[in-house]
Amino acid sequence: MTVALEARAKAKQTLALTSNYAAAYAAKAADVDVIAVYPITPQTTIVEKISEFVDEGELRAQLIHVESEHSAMSAVVGAAAAGARTFTATSSQGLELMHEVLHIASGLRLPIVMAVPARALSAPISIHGDYSDVMNTRDTGWITLIAASAQEVYDSIIQAYRIAESVLLPVMVAYDGFLMSHTTEAVELNDEEEVRKWLPRRLDRPNLLTPEKPITMGAFAMPDYYYEIKYQVQEALLGSLDKVVEADREYGKAFGRSYGIVQSYRLEDADYIVVAYGGASWGNAREAVDEARRRGIKAGALRLRVWRPYPAEEVAKALAGVKAFAVVDRAIAFGAPAGGPVYIDTVTALRMRGIDTPGLSVIHGIGQRSMFVEDFVKVFEMLKDGERNKTVYMGLKL
Amino acid sequence: MKVVYRAIWDLPVEELFASGHRACAGCGPAIAMRWITKAAGPNTIVVNATGCMEVTTTQYPETAWMLPYLHVAFENAAAAASGIEAAIRTLSAKGLWRAGKTNVIVIAGDGGTYDIGLQALSGMLERGHHVLYILYDNEAYMNTGIQRSGATPKYAWTTTTPVGKAIRGKVQEKKDIMGIVMAHRVPYAATATIANLLDMTNKIKTALEYTEEGPTFLHILAPCPPGWRYPEELTVEMARLAVETGYFPLYEYDHGKVRLNPPTSQIAADPKRKKPLRDWLKLQGRFAHLTDAEIAELEREVAANLAYLSALAKAFS
Amino acid sequence: MSLPRVHEISIGGIIAEPGSSRRNLTGGWRSLKPVLHDDRCIRCRICWLYCPEGTIKEIKGEFVVKGKKYQYKYEIDYDYCKGCGICAHECPVKAIEMVPEA
Repeated sequence: MTVALEARAKAKQTLALTSNYAAAYAAKAADVDVIAVYPITPQTTIVEKISEFVDEGELRAQLIHVESEHSAMSAVVGAAAAGARTFTATSSQGLELMHEVLHIASGLRLPIVMAVPARALSAPISIHGDYSDVMNTRDTGWITLIAASAQEVYDSIIQAYRIAESVLLPVMVAYDGFLMSHTTEAVELNDEEEVRKWLPRRLDRPNLLTPEKPITMGAFAMPDYYYEIKYQVQEALLGSLDKVVEADREYGKAFGRSYGIVQSYRLEDADYIVVAYGGASWGNAREAVDEARRRGIKAGALRLRVWRPYPAEEVAKALAGVKAFAVVDRAIAFGAPAGGPVYIDTVTALRMRGIDTPGLSVIHGIGQRSMFVEDFVKVFEMLKDGERNKTVYMGLKL
Repeated sequence: MKVVYRAIWDLPVEELFASGHRACAGCGPAIAMRWITKAAGPNTIVVNATGCMEVTTTQYPETAWMLPYLHVAFENAAAAASGIEAAIRTLSAKGLWRAGKTNVIVIAGDGGTYDIGLQALSGMLERGHHVLYILYDNEAYMNTGIQRSGATPKYAWTTTTPVGKAIRGKVQEKKDIMGIVMAHRVPYAATATIANLLDMTNKIKTALEYTEEGPTFLHILAPCPPGWRYPEELTVEMARLAVETGYFPLYEYDHGKVRLNPPTSQIAADPKRKKPLRDWLKLQGRFAHLTDAEIAELEREVAANLAYLSALAKAFS
Repeated sequence: MSLPRVHEISIGGIIAEPGSSRRNLTGGWRSLKPVLHDDRCIRCRICWLYCPEGTIKEIKGEFVVKGKKYQYKYEIDYDYCKGCGICAHECPVKAIEMVPEA
């Protein structure tokens, strides 16, 4: 091999990685300074991999072996406040335990990045995957991406630093617990030097804790001020969609891969659309589109890659004018007017634009109940048969 | 302890905790804040747990703090400080920390330390972060209006331990927080009060020096006029008497050695020099309901605690 | 006072001005006022030491009181003094007297 080819081969190596390992490699590429993680299934292999990187001297960072996820989020809040590039990861109960501090991370406008292999919530305890944990963080002010492949996990975490550090909001990158976190795929890794050039350090933000400029962070706000400070988070979060698009586009230019904020499959002439998120649902949905079309249904699928802020324009554009849509949710919004949390948002996004495409809320994959391609084909058949405006608990032994 | 300040005239003049804060008149913790910040100096980051000293000092858009200051929540000041300390270490190694050697200090009340923050404190101590954790102890949840905490003394009235027909005040004893900290084998831990300020400021200096090695801890008794129910001019007197009656012994845990500090060392050596506990109790409305028998019981517990600490000091000298 | 709009507030609700609590004059809380009798003051610094508000100001200079020369004198900053009376209680020579606010 020539020297140039060797250098390129070294720079762009492809490894067989789980999504969890891909997340760890991404954090390493981003040259994070402080990592605080507490073990929890299915997240644990991330912190194991990062521990290897740190102990082997491949990553110059302080890895804080915190005594809880609450302290994990608190420690990265402290570290980010002091100007460090930070990383953490958790699942399920761990994300619930962090919940209080999630609001504080966004309220203090700290660019923290977190990986979340999504998992069901107790009780009963389940170590298996669904998106109940992620959906419970809906109103915390975090930018939330949901990836559908190990490659996308890797790329999204690197993009997340670019987004977080420009918007000054924390970013969560979620993906299927087990179905992705523990599934090995081919992942092309970037040259780490190139990643670091793409993620230049920003040490000039106003919310930095340093004796050079003694500011007070985390002040006590009375009713005259609180609302405006919280509105800033809302404005930044809503405005972050452009930054997500920009980071994805720039990343594509630099590293050759980009994803957009929604992904579509055979939408052009579709009458019926299934909206999904996460790797397993997206894979099934696309297979089901092909099968439904073989059965004579004009089917299409749409994937949300960004959950917060909700990409309302893009979704509305895809769903306006079709005969009906369904959202397959892997979480239950207990007691809500429809069962699926993303379905509720999707209907709201349409109604806010005066679009009245009828929909179906489909709940599936709860506690990692097996989702089959045929189940998704059935969703298309139900839409074709005129099922509308209700919640279907698929895969449930009723 | 390292004696940096030999006399009152050696103490630093520069104020780093500004006037205009909203603590109650005669606030004991506010005295502690003045002297913590003075002794620590400007190259210090303060992490404050939710509590009186947080809400009264940082009411937006005004702050009493002249040091970089972070408040996150109630139970996690030690964890947030761990992150800051880790950040400074990595950023310094990467040439990205421009402020040089920087102290990281936690300031938390008794609720944020004995109770809700105990786990984060233990984690921080166990992991060996270079952080000085300062507990200002006013012996109840004063910020929310005087509810009992793990630091509230036995029989004390609080709004959640009222003096009723069936139960009269707090049933349980005050938790031995110093014992818990010492069990983590930290380089240094000590008690102090806002009355004994030379002792306190020297302990802060000592602790900060030892923080190079690992976590250090200070337990500062800081009386609260509305919570303890005494006239506000008596705040310093209440802290002084707490020491002179043996209720709050002054001592240090220094690399495994236990040392009683004056005047506790003199009281322990010569019990005749100890003032009766009644002198302290009778000034406080929270103890107004105590019977002679209850006072006698508390007096015995004070003596037992002094004997225990004396034995520790003798065994680990 | 007009309150700030969304974009007039610093990001994340930070307070960028250290010690800005000085804008909040707490002297109005007082019902009793400490009056320092300079002729009785022995310059022991104890009132300065214990004030929770940091309102005892140490003024440097040449001061002659009853034939004795001092390099300091003490003044109370009534803008912030809350009138707790710790200074008067701790003063070893009773040079500070608490009097009702007019």
